[in-house]
Amino acid sequence: MQIQQALQELITKMADDELVIGHRNSEWTGLGPVMEEDIAFSSMAQDKIGHALALYRLLEEHFGGTDPDQFAFLRNAADFRCCHFVEMPIGSYEFSLMRHFLFDHAETVRYQALALSKFAPFQHLAGKAKGELKYHTLHADAWIIQLCTAGKDSRERMQAALDNSFQLAGGIFEPGPAEELLIAEEIYPGESALYKQWLSHISPVMEKAGLVLPEMTAPVYGGRTGKHTPYLQQLLNEMGEVFRLDPEATW
Amino acid sequence: MNDSLDPRVNRLRLDKNDGSFKVEEGENWNVFEVFHQEKRGAHHEHVGCVHAPDANLALIFAKEQFGRRKKCVNLWVVRSADILAFDLEDEDMFANNPDKTYRDASGFKVMEKINKFKAHTK
Repeated sequence: MQIQQALQELITKMADDELVIGHRNSEWTGLGPVMEEDIAFSSMAQDKIGHALALYRLLEEHFGGTDPDQFAFLRNAADFRCCHFVEMPIGSYEFSLMRHFLFDHAETVRYQALALSKFAPFQHLAGKAKGELKYHTLHADAWIIQLCTAGKDSRERMQAALDNSFQLAGGIFEPGPAEELLIAEEIYPGESALYKQWLSHISPVMEKAGLVLPEMTAPVYGGRTGKHTPYLQQLLNEMGEVFRLDPEATW
Repeated sequence: MNDSLDPRVNRLRLDKNDGSFKVEEGENWNVFEVFHQEKRGAHHEHVGCVHAPDANLALIFAKEQFGRRKKCVNLWVVRSADILAFDLEDEDMFANNPDKTYRDASGFKVMEKINKFKAHTK
């Protein structure tokens, strides 16, 4: 595999993660536990979709990719490279919050690494996302600590949410094809390095919250090679429904 | 009978009529006033309020309620209950202000100086 192709795979999986979790989190709009949280969570979901758009634009501008809207709305599940974690239905609010916490710290370490990338457009993107991600993790950390210290029932539910999420979160770091080429060119440090940094980011928060960090015994892989849960195709059908009525329409 | 769809109301289980209920610590959220700063060094201006369990989350909520559009460099939050204000009937203390025009900051010939300065720097 050529380096250009490996880089496209990297951008595609990052963008698909952002688009799918952004869409999932937007499903809470109007249903959040309180109005203030509803607005904050919806706003962060918009940020995710913005990150996806910026990445799809990189594919379009640097690799001759298709129009970002077409690429986002017309592909089927097998062409997506997102991890299973982001595909999962929103479930309970504690699951969605835990996913937000685990995913956004993973995103933060990834963008921090990309700020130093030899692929210049990554540096620019990482600079733009920095402030948004700072807020996302601040929000996530505050909620995790708040709910884990709000009594026995609340703490147990948060621990259960973590236990149910952790192997799925491991899927974020599924090694990509030919990523050693990208590591050698200092385009990014590779998934296992990011995984270690991620653990060092989430551990202090978990400790403060009194959460027990599970062992990563069986990370859920498959998404990066186009193998998905049935939830993804359902999501894509719904997300692209209006777009597919007239893909050539000007909005 | 309680027909509310609001989870905050339903959590109180008002239907369970055994005479009394206890509000647990942390169950009752507070209102926080939010102050917005448009640029460094500028005054923080009151822009509204948020409902939150503590000051930390109030600040986090305030960022998206009041700091996601237009320019903003910082926010303050303060618990509404911590604000001390006069009673409405004490408004009479200010009643004669409009008569005391000698206290207004007018009559200074500052504009002249400003115009002179502007002309000079052109």
